[in-house]
Amino acid sequence: MNELPILSILILLPIVGIFFMTLIRNNNDQSSNNLKHTALWISFLNFLISLYLLFSFNQQDADFQFEERYFWIEYGISYHLGVDGISILFIVLTTMLVPICILASYDSIKFSVKEYLIAFLALETFMIGVFCSLDLVLFYLFFEGGLIPMFLIIGIWGGERRVYSTFKFFLYTLAGSVFMLLAIIYIFITAGTTDVSYLLDYNFTRNEQIVLWLAFFASFMVKIPMWPFHTWLPDAHVEAPTAGSVILAGVLLKMAGYGFIRFSIGFFPEASELFAPLIFTLSIVAIIVTSLIALVQEDMKKLIAYSSVAHMGFVTLGIFTFTVQGIEGSVIQMISHGIVSAALFLCVGVVYDRLHTREISRYGGLVSKMPMYAFTFMIFILASLGLPGTSGFVGEFLVLLSIFSINTYFAVFATTGVVLAATYSLWLYRRMIFGALIKDDLSEMLDLTRREIIIFVPLITLTIFIGIYPKPVIDIIEPSAKKIVSQVNGKLN
Amino acid sequence: MENILHIIPEIFIFCSALILLILGLFIKNIKLINNLAILSLLIAVALVINQPYQSIYLNSYVIDEFSSLFKIMIFIGSIVTLVMFVSSREDLHINLYEFPILILFSTLGMMVMVSANDLLAMFIGLELQSLSLYVLAALNRNSLLSSEAGIKYFILGALSSGLLLFGISYIYGFSGNTNFNLIAVNYNSESLGLLIGIVFVLAGLAFKVSAVPFHMWTPDVYQGAPTPITAFFALAPKIAAMGLLVRFLFNSFGELYLDWQQIIFFISIASMMLAAFAAIAQTNIKRLMAYSSIGHIGYALIGVACVSSEGLRSLLIYLMIYLVMNVSVFTVILSLKRNDAYFENISDLSGMYKNHPFTTILVALMMFSLAGIPPLAGFFGKFYIFVAALESNMVFLAVIGIIASVISAFYYLRIVKIMYFDEPKEEFDGVNIRSLQVLFYPSSFLVILFFIYPAPIIQLSEYAIKSFY
Repeated sequence: MNELPILSILILLPIVGIFFMTLIRNNNDQSSNNLKHTALWISFLNFLISLYLLFSFNQQDADFQFEERYFWIEYGISYHLGVDGISILFIVLTTMLVPICILASYDSIKFSVKEYLIAFLALETFMIGVFCSLDLVLFYLFFEGGLIPMFLIIGIWGGERRVYSTFKFFLYTLAGSVFMLLAIIYIFITAGTTDVSYLLDYNFTRNEQIVLWLAFFASFMVKIPMWPFHTWLPDAHVEAPTAGSVILAGVLLKMAGYGFIRFSIGFFPEASELFAPLIFTLSIVAIIVTSLIALVQEDMKKLIAYSSVAHMGFVTLGIFTFTVQGIEGSVIQMISHGIVSAALFLCVGVVYDRLHTREISRYGGLVSKMPMYAFTFMIFILASLGLPGTSGFVGEFLVLLSIFSINTYFAVFATTGVVLAATYSLWLYRRMIFGALIKDDLSEMLDLTRREIIIFVPLITLTIFIGIYPKPVIDIIEPSAKKIVSQVNGKLN
Repeated sequence: MENILHIIPEIFIFCSALILLILGLFIKNIKLINNLAILSLLIAVALVINQPYQSIYLNSYVIDEFSSLFKIMIFIGSIVTLVMFVSSREDLHINLYEFPILILFSTLGMMVMVSANDLLAMFIGLELQSLSLYVLAALNRNSLLSSEAGIKYFILGALSSGLLLFGISYIYGFSGNTNFNLIAVNYNSESLGLLIGIVFVLAGLAFKVSAVPFHMWTPDVYQGAPTPITAFFALAPKIAAMGLLVRFLFNSFGELYLDWQQIIFFISIASMMLAAFAAIAQTNIKRLMAYSSIGHIGYALIGVACVSSEGLRSLLIYLMIYLVMNVSVFTVILSLKRNDAYFENISDLSGMYKNHPFTTILVALMMFSLAGIPPLAGFFGKFYIFVAALESNMVFLAVIGIIASVISAFYYLRIVKIMYFDEPKEEFDGVNIRSLQVLFYPSSFLVILFFIYPAPIIQLSEYAIKSFY
């Protein structure tokens, strides 16, 4: 095993960065640039460390690796960290998106830069913590703690209706999560511990499973979000600053998907099997309904937000098939959506920074003024609708394959979602990019700056790389996915 | 006659109060008197820590781990109040040397309360504490609100003392004893009179901890009393009364818990829910803190209602965290003033992060902690309360508790919203008062960093309840 507590370093490094940043005074442009650079380098360093983690990760081993365990609160609740093939990808996704977010905020954040960057680094700590923790109380701590910086990010630097949106975001998520807290406490009392690796082998009775599963479900379904509890997401996305939307879509939603894989089906397989039809129904309703809603949106961010809900519907579909393909597909879909939707929000941010409006009808014919932007936007639009050759295809294909093996009707309905996704995505693209450039203020628009190109290059590369050659990613996921499926099947029989 | 040395801390506080009373006649330096009072409280902390555990005076007075922990919490509350007094005494027109002395007498009363193992000792302690508090609430004689607070508190307090005494007489009448342990041996569990006695005593005590439905005085008194006194109300007397409540119920009626459990059950739910809804509409920060404290007492009472060692343990954890959070919140309330006028309206906080970024983030985190959001200390308080509730199969209580905590998150968030999202106003000038910073920063950091290593507090609480389980 590795001697270096690398996961703790990943979690703590942003905190160290915050400490340094509190020492930097923020009174002129020079110092605010210093702050931005500090935050950027800290988060980039964290990204490098996570890459080191990824490369020293043993792909054949399905068990948790890089484990750390210290006495924390009392017997049964310990500081226990570890990663497997599923969580490690989310960690890398997080550490990759945070520097991109900070880079994207260089010009768009005009005031209180220091607080903004501190909130972002704190959020990074919480997000990494969620994916590392192998103790339910620790998980809950990070899961809920992330609400505080996100609440401030939307509330302070957001748009006009930011107060309403941020309250809605906070209270919705909190209301869902407290039931999970009660479930965690119940697990602590009955099993005597909240250690995840112990609980994965623990057998709850059927009735216990049903109640506990519902409690976890309450939390995750609000967070992921599933229809009909998705309404906070469009609001939060629309009002959040660009980087806030990126993190929200890129990472925060994935916490719930990760929770479904790790806890819901890991601890409560019987209940998961029992409720799988419910999940399928809700997911398919979500895919179709939110795709239709997305069709009529006038606001770009709202449109992408609704498409996120639809994409997350595929994730939940895949997870609850209990097949290796389904889980692999879900994880890839989440990673891909983390990259693609993040990039789409960044694309919206690019034009928003120039014209300060997100209304689709205010744009049109951008291709003649912003060819590079048009190209970038096209790649992500195509990835979002799941064109073969992009990362979006791999995930959706595996999910549809797995759902087809379970139930043909569900698969048919889910596939309509793909068609609808193509409709609203391409229509959005057509309305914004093509057509004649008739609006006067658009003729002043400048193409991507160097900073923006630096932001988009890694995202484009990853989207296409995963789309063409997904094997390296699947290799990482596969042993863990197989282990989860065999555990579930072992418990069910 | 047993050795008087057993109650050295009590005697020490009593003597120093008397000496300071006489000194105050000759020395006009109020700050000196106040500092001497702080010093004597610090000495009393040391004396309490070194006390041997025993029960004395025919078992009517108990010195154990439980009472010592409560005494130290009470001392901390009193010291904090006295430090607040120094910085605010002139602006609040309470520049009187009686202030520290009354605090000392009140502290003495609370020490007796948490050690009392006899109905009479309990009543004496309660009255000594209450009488000092009546005067303290009305200390600003020129303010209508302060006088109103004093009178209101006095009248309702006297009524509750009457109820308490009535209950005590019933319990004595139906069990023939005033000693808690002897009551436990001698009562006739069939008798209705005893039950009436318990109900009346509980009503009196519920008034002291300001649990619903005996909470009506709290918002008015919190608002009217000078802010250091408000802080004192929130910090010390409630904690002392909670300690007394636990000893009274567990020592004398531990076997009869089915009778009083439902009463605690009810007032706990009522406190949580009423506070969560009533606080939403408040515009005055002190009134808001009053409702907040009612809600927190509701949570703490879950710990009592569980009637288990986990319950008592969670109660102690909760009270300790509650104490530290309130120290932080009240010191910051006291350090925010513009042009010598203390702020009272929540809207005065508007946009304060622009001028005071560091103070504001700490206050905001205190609000999140009061709302019970992890990873702050308030979360761990609630966590252990819910652990105890589920362990005693009180799922209903736990569910009501989490619903109330989501609702109450709304009004705490409102303060954060006003501080961060609204338009900024003028700067506050009190933020740099050194004596308040000395309290504000450590208490805030304690709340924020509590999650790193919470084990000591949990072990301390387990240690402190040894005499019950």
